[in-house]
Amino acid sequence: MAIEINGSQVPVPDDPRVSLLDLLRESLHLTGTKKGCNQGACGACTVLVDGERIVSCLALAVQYEGRSITTIEGLSDGDALHPLQQAFIDHDGFQCGYCTPGQICSAIGMAAELRRGLPSHVTGDLTAERVPFSRVELQERMSGNLCCCGAHNGIIDAITETFGEVAA
Amino acid sequence: MTPFRYARATDVTDAVRLADGGARYLGGGTNLVDLMRETIERPAALVDVSGLPATIEAHDGGLLIGAAVRNTALAEHPAVRARYPVLARAILAGASAQIRNMATVGGNLLQRTRCAYFYDEEGSRCNKRVPGQGCDAIDGFNRIHAILGASPACVATHPSDMCVALAALDAIVHLHGPDGTRTVALTDFHTLPGERPDIETVLAPGELITALALPASPLAARSTYRKVRDRASYAFALVSVAAAIDLEDGIVRDVRLALGGVAHKPWRATKAETALRNGPATEAAFRAAAELELADAAPLAGNGFKVELARRAIVATLGELTGETA
Ligand SMILES: Cc1cc2nc3c(=O)[nH]c(=O)nc-3n(C[C@H](O)[C@H](O)[C@H](O)COP(=O)(O)OP(=O)(O)OC[C@H]3O[C@@H](n4cnc5c(N)ncnc54)[C@H](O)[C@@H]3O)c2cc1C
Ligand code: FES
Ligand code: FES
Repeated sequence: MAIEINGSQVPVPDDPRVSLLDLLRESLHLTGTKKGCNQGACGACTVLVDGERIVSCLALAVQYEGRSITTIEGLSDGDALHPLQQAFIDHDGFQCGYCTPGQICSAIGMAAELRRGLPSHVTGDLTAERVPFSRVELQERMSGNLCCCGAHNGIIDAITETFGEVAA
Repeated sequence: MTPFRYARATDVTDAVRLADGGARYLGGGTNLVDLMRETIERPAALVDVSGLPATIEAHDGGLLIGAAVRNTALAEHPAVRARYPVLARAILAGASAQIRNMATVGGNLLQRTRCAYFYDEEGSRCNKRVPGQGCDAIDGFNRIHAILGASPACVATHPSDMCVALAALDAIVHLHGPDGTRTVALTDFHTLPGERPDIETVLAPGELITALALPASPLAARSTYRKVRDRASYAFALVSVAAAIDLEDGIVRDVRLALGGVAHKPWRATKAETALRNGPATEAAFRAAAELELADAAPLAGNGFKVELARRAIVATLGELTGETA
């Protein structure tokens, strides 16, 4: 009965009411993942499960037994930042920083979706194997992550620099 | 959240046995966990069916989709993208990428209304939450509410995008319950509110959704979904249209049309379909069919705009599919 979190095996909580988000923050003190709305609407709590992005506030931890979770704390290699973390700094991809861990995890999940050729609401040709990488595509694909500081332009620039090639 | 017991089902029989007629099934949790946290739902036990087989298989010329298939996986499937574009487009128009990665097909069908009075347990009356209590939406802020098929007891809408496409595609819901298996047409699965808005589907206690069948549909290859909402992305529909059309020499040979955001269930627009069949594919004909479908619309104080919005959305969607741009 364990969940893998950033490479460590963590016991599943006894109380099935505990969300994955509360397990991370309250039990494991991994406070990088943020609680915004706690109802699936803001994306601040986004983490990766086996590489796929989800909102951890609507996830009961017990459902994720045997799965592998990556949070913002699991992205850097010691002091060496993930390229997207560095790009957020270089492009002013944040102001207060509250949405940032969610934005970064979400964008990494999004890059994998682009690589697979998953279409989006704004994709013209649903059957195309490759999705065009464009600002409009990015805006649509990242719409599940709100930023109340309005750092969107920097966020888009950081993601474009890091992942602009993946769909090409 | 009220305490509950949790069990994980290994297969369909196991799930139905574990639920024992009383527990609630748990898919991705994106609606149920939220409602449990708000104490609007208080199940004593949850049976997790999110790990049941999530396969998409060929079936009678169409597709059989396991109830645990994630929304993303369904929209991504090559056969859905090529043969049922309306379904892929409807799913991709809903929620966010994160939520689509979690949400299951079964859970999407049973997601509950986004009426604010339904969510406001402490401050509002709602016949869905407490039958007989009254409805504060009818004389309240009802901009997002129903214009078709509502009752004096409830004016809530069904919020799913996916289900609107499924209604247009004549999808069949496969069920497995304590008394065996049965199938129900998606258009008969959700109910109108009548006097019992707390009852939202024909699902019996303990019955599990096991799969969805999409029949073979040559006309679905020419299909699309249009969603009108308050912002360009990540918002529920004010009005949406799912349409498929078979066109020959400018004549509508066959057509499927369904509306979202307008009623307590995905609204199959059969009157408009009948009016369109074997008629010319012109903007005037589309407009006339839309008028007919909305002739019975009964808007509330805050949502009169939806009637004209629905008409225009129908005309624009059919126009897009036929090249008769409005
Ligand atoms: C912020 C936000 C925005 C959203 N925006 C949209 C939108 O724009 N468009 C849209 O269509 N949807 C939207 N949604 C809703 C989303 O699509 C649903 O929450 C989701 O589809 C529910 O699926 P689930 O598997 O998570 O269901 P759960 O939450 O697990 O379950 C929902 C219901 O289904 C029942 N259930 C689940 N599986 C089965 C089964 N196999 N058999 C019987 N009963 C079952 C549960 O008991 C529960 O009653 C949004 C949700 C959120 C949180
Ligand atoms: S905290 Fe999870 S989406 Fe807002
Ligand atoms: S940086 Fe403040 S919310 Fe996005």
